[in-house]
Amino acid sequence: MALPLYVQAAWFGGALLFIVGLKGMSSPATARRGIVFAGYGMILAIAGTFFIPGLRNLGLMVAALALGGASAWISGRRVKMTDMPQMVAIYNGMGGGAAAAIAAVEFARGSTHDGVTTGLAVIGALIGAVSFTGSCVAWAKLQGVLKRAVRLPGQNALNLILAAVAVGLGALLVALAPARSEAILAFFAVALILGLVVTLPIGGADMPVVISLFNAFTGLAVGFEGYVLGNPALVIAGIVVGAAGTLLTQLMAKAMNRPLSNILFTPITGAASGGEAIAGTMKEVGAIDAAALMRYASTVIVVPGYGMAVAHAQHKVWEMAVLLEEAGVTVKFAIHPVAGRMPGHMNVLLAEAGVPYDKIFDLDEINGEFAQADVALVIGANDVVNPVARTDKSSPIYGMPILNADQAQNVIVVKRGKGTGYSGVENALFYTDNCRMLYGDAQPAIAEVIQQLKALG
Amino acid sequence: MEGMAVLYLFMLAAFTGYEIIAKVPVILHTPLMSGSNFIHGVVVVGAMVALGYAETPLEQAIGFFAVALGAANAAGGYVVTERMLAMFKKKEGA
Repeated sequence: MALPLYVQAAWFGGALLFIVGLKGMSSPATARRGIVFAGYGMILAIAGTFFIPGLRNLGLMVAALALGGASAWISGRRVKMTDMPQMVAIYNGMGGGAAAAIAAVEFARGSTHDGVTTGLAVIGALIGAVSFTGSCVAWAKLQGVLKRAVRLPGQNALNLILAAVAVGLGALLVALAPARSEAILAFFAVALILGLVVTLPIGGADMPVVISLFNAFTGLAVGFEGYVLGNPALVIAGIVVGAAGTLLTQLMAKAMNRPLSNILFTPITGAASGGEAIAGTMKEVGAIDAAALMRYASTVIVVPGYGMAVAHAQHKVWEMAVLLEEAGVTVKFAIHPVAGRMPGHMNVLLAEAGVPYDKIFDLDEINGEFAQADVALVIGANDVVNPVARTDKSSPIYGMPILNADQAQNVIVVKRGKGTGYSGVENALFYTDNCRMLYGDAQPAIAEVIQQLKALG
Repeated sequence: MEGMAVLYLFMLAAFTGYEIIAKVPVILHTPLMSGSNFIHGVVVVGAMVALGYAETPLEQAIGFFAVALGAANAAGGYVVTERMLAMFKKKEGA
């Protein structure tokens, strides 16, 4: 279809602003400006679309934009920083659903396309639909609606069969185009079920990688549907995100030392896969001793985990760090690549609490320093400091890079109870001789340490 | 769009996406994932076109659904990304 120049120009401008914006987002100094640029791009592209001649259903269109836009805007404003990953997951799923729905409209119209176009529409619909239901499951898991990983009998075989059926039905749609509505309906039903079934058995610990993967999926789906609609802006935005998302997924999987195929086909299930029993006992420590230990240390490394964020203790932790620094103690923060629920999530949470960048270190930067540190303070982190990952080949987390907190002179672990971490694996660190447990909710526990630090002067 | 030209477009866009992410510091991974999530929210434009050409009530219903989902993707993606990046900016100035 030949579109007026001003519509084309609006789409071109939108695509340009997306690229400029994404580029800006790749550096902390220009990141904010980047998202604002991309935002203008979106407004431009949407506004231009209204001027396509002969467009029907404008009332419906405005209503849908208002409904979807306003509800997401409000929920996005309200969501807590700790709940950010599942929010990204659900918005992403909606994008995937939209891409699949575009294909559905195209099929329903029975618009006669060539084989390539129909084929891309089918592929886009398939991955969009999988991303939609899969992201919904990811959201439900992280939100705590779905508590356990559900593993069906013959899970891997079932996944393969469903995928094969979906691809087969998709091929049928291409071969029969324009296809009967029963075939179209069956195709979408199977694709949606596939997303559910593939994601259900994946454990919460692996969810960040899965969300990132679905983000890439949605990007590709959008790119393919863009081709079907003859819209280069969709193609560019979709494929750029598809490629970027794929790389980001690989980076995350690498950080966890879990190849993507492992995450998708052999999920971590702590109890079932066992691991060796751990000898020794956990030793408790009070806030007074913990405070003294840190006050008279020369270096303290804080290892924050998601538990700290859930307890909203990051402000207290930073307050404690400032007190220690004033007393001449060097305080550093060590961030595991998968601390929090997404890479970089913990950095966001610490930034919110006011912790400056130069105190925050990556795994590679800091791991050599634990051996010289007097105290490693582990707050709400568990699996990422579990030495079992280095030693016990039978453990499900074996091989995952960990922070060497166990090498510090003293380890203090702030923890609510004696339970295991997200992966369900027992932590050998807690049983070592140099480790002391400070039981309690992170926020009151650290508040008490602060009191004791002030008392020490 | 011409078939081959689009193939080139796919290739160049893929490299662009790869290059942009390759140099990003870990601290920005979460906002960037969120930001790229916002950008594929442009699917709303495609949904608008699909709804704009819809004729039967069924097509209209699916089209409406598509536009609402796409708009939610775009609006939600923008808000959460902007909120995260605003925090970084404050610290930059401090």
